[in-house]
Amino acid sequence: MLTIENLHAKVESKDILKGINLNVKPGEVHAIMGPNGSGKSTLASVLAGREDFEVTEGSVEYLGNDLLDMNPAERAREGIFLAFQYPVEIPGVSTTNFLKTALNQIRKHQGLDPLDAVSFLKQMKEKMQLVEIDQSLLSRALNEGFSGGEKKRNEIFQMAMLEPKLAILDETDSGLDIDALRIVANGVNKLRTSENATIVVTHYQRLLDYIVPDYVHVLYDGRIVKSGTKELALELEEKGYDWIKETANAATI
Amino acid sequence: MSQIIISKQHQTAIEEAFLQQADLFQKTSHSTSPYVQKVRREAFANLEKLGLPGNKNEEYKYTRITRALNKHFAPENIKPAYAENAIGISQLILSGIEANILVFVNGKFSQQHSNMVSPPQEIIISTLSEAFESHTNLIERYYGKYADSKTDAFTALNTAVAEDGIFIYVPQGKVVSAPVLIYFITDTTEEKTVSQPRNLYIIEENSQVDLVESFHTVGEQEGYHNIVSEIVVNKQAVVNYHKIEIEGKDTYHTGNTHVVQTAESLFNAVTVSVSGGMIRNNLNLVIDAENCESHMYGLYMLDQETLVDNHTMVDHRKANSFSNELYKGIMDDKSKGVFNGKVYVRPDAQKTNAFQSNKNILLTDDASIDTKPQLEIWADDVKCSHGATTGQIDAEQLFYLQTRGLDKRQATALLLKAFASDVLQNIRIQPLREVLEKIISQRLQKDL
Repeated sequence: MLTIENLHAKVESKDILKGINLNVKPGEVHAIMGPNGSGKSTLASVLAGREDFEVTEGSVEYLGNDLLDMNPAERAREGIFLAFQYPVEIPGVSTTNFLKTALNQIRKHQGLDPLDAVSFLKQMKEKMQLVEIDQSLLSRALNEGFSGGEKKRNEIFQMAMLEPKLAILDETDSGLDIDALRIVANGVNKLRTSENATIVVTHYQRLLDYIVPDYVHVLYDGRIVKSGTKELALELEEKGYDWIKETANAATI
Repeated sequence: MSQIIISKQHQTAIEEAFLQQADLFQKTSHSTSPYVQKVRREAFANLEKLGLPGNKNEEYKYTRITRALNKHFAPENIKPAYAENAIGISQLILSGIEANILVFVNGKFSQQHSNMVSPPQEIIISTLSEAFESHTNLIERYYGKYADSKTDAFTALNTAVAEDGIFIYVPQGKVVSAPVLIYFITDTTEEKTVSQPRNLYIIEENSQVDLVESFHTVGEQEGYHNIVSEIVVNKQAVVNYHKIEIEGKDTYHTGNTHVVQTAESLFNAVTVSVSGGMIRNNLNLVIDAENCESHMYGLYMLDQETLVDNHTMVDHRKANSFSNELYKGIMDDKSKGVFNGKVYVRPDAQKTNAFQSNKNILLTDDASIDTKPQLEIWADDVKCSHGATTGQIDAEQLFYLQTRGLDKRQATALLLKAFASDVLQNIRIQPLREVLEKIISQRLQKDL
């Protein structure tokens, strides 16, 4: 589904990604872990198409197409979803209104008719239960004045509505208490199918207790320095990132 | 009249023409009441003293209206043009609403296009010229008392020459259910034209009314509106005032709205400018009693080479009142916005809450905004704030919407509509709000 080969990216003149290789198949959950500043969020942003980052080398193939050739909207319409680490507040735009526009754009791209108001509301009701989000929150301006937990739940709610093929969760666990974390993780798990894939970007192992990954990759200094199964996450939790850094630095020298 | 002209230096042809027009008018119109004649004479004297604002006038330094008028209007153009044949007027008028419709074409009241639905015991609506004759007590008590011709030349000019407009009187304790929509249409099909309507709205104690002044253009030639409205908001009255400008690209506009509020009254103003050549709006609000509340909203959504200049003034003279002001601008192409907001809090106006905010989005490198908030506070126990922001569309917001499948154009339109909605949502006349939202949506579809 997603094949990343030797991906290099920089912001302004600073190299952030220095040769990422990753292969994601339908139905899989990949966790990307790593210390702060290792490039995790950059990877998520590059995949979603943020223009601040310049890809200098390498390729990303998504469902047989060149992902880097598509703009952010085309990527979204092709089924990529980024759950933001810091969801943006947009005054004056209600979640409901904006989601209806977004969903119908994606449906149009897929050759489907736009959803009528009744079907849209029905679908909304179903998905709202999934992340235990309240109707009143969705009538309000998008993320404006939402608590951290509400913003993250709103991200997962949008993901549920848009039904992406590849979801990228960028530090969705940051700033969440354990109850909110459970709700968010539960939502993600219920959305898992054999057709779609999830990339979970996180600093901590805690989230992975709830969203159990098939593969864990450790990102350090712009490269994936270690890959393994979910046991790797537990090992990281126990030992911290220092041993990874030491091994990686030793290897570079 | 020639003595007047010789005594002035650097006088423009247009100023000379207006002075001659006013002078002639003083000498020939003897039919109206002595009071009105006196008001006109004083205004004429003020106009002579002030002259039209020149390039060095601080209040008009970004809006060279005198220069523009001088360039585009010859002395023979400054009268109202013939417009009996005006076509395309009915489509300018809001439909699907029970409202009092009053139409002026080139300053002349058009009975044919007007329609009054409210009963006379609820609201008295007449032309100002009729009111000069039939409501002399009210005219002598209120007319020309709030519009200050000592400091603003365009107010002086209007007061000196205005013959007609709308007179509204809402008696005590009446809630006028149907809004009053007043259309001022410039028809330049035959020739260039200048019209100077004058309005007086008196809202008595504990009454409520929705007023709309809407400006439009028919024809391709240059037109100019110099309008003055006085609004008297008496005790516990509620007035929702709207000024809508959807004019042609060769029309010029100077407008002065003077409002006085007395105790426990509520005044809301929404000014929306969508198109025109050069527009200057002065909105002056005097809060002359305690426990008043005032909201002033403005939206200017400009393209091409339109210039819109909003000058607002709030004068808190007494304690315990609240004023809030929010003006927003979206400037495209080579358009230009100007905002100047003065707030005065007088020594007696303790416990005043006064807030002001001006926010702008520039869509091109050629668009511009000059914004100047001015707070002058003499009282020491008040809560006041002001702020102005100017920027482009927020890149983070744009990216966020794009990652949900909206292309750049759709995302931009959505963000700009949201930006404008802060102002538009304060228009409580739903069909009016919808028409403006539609115009703005079409503009966004076209331009982006």
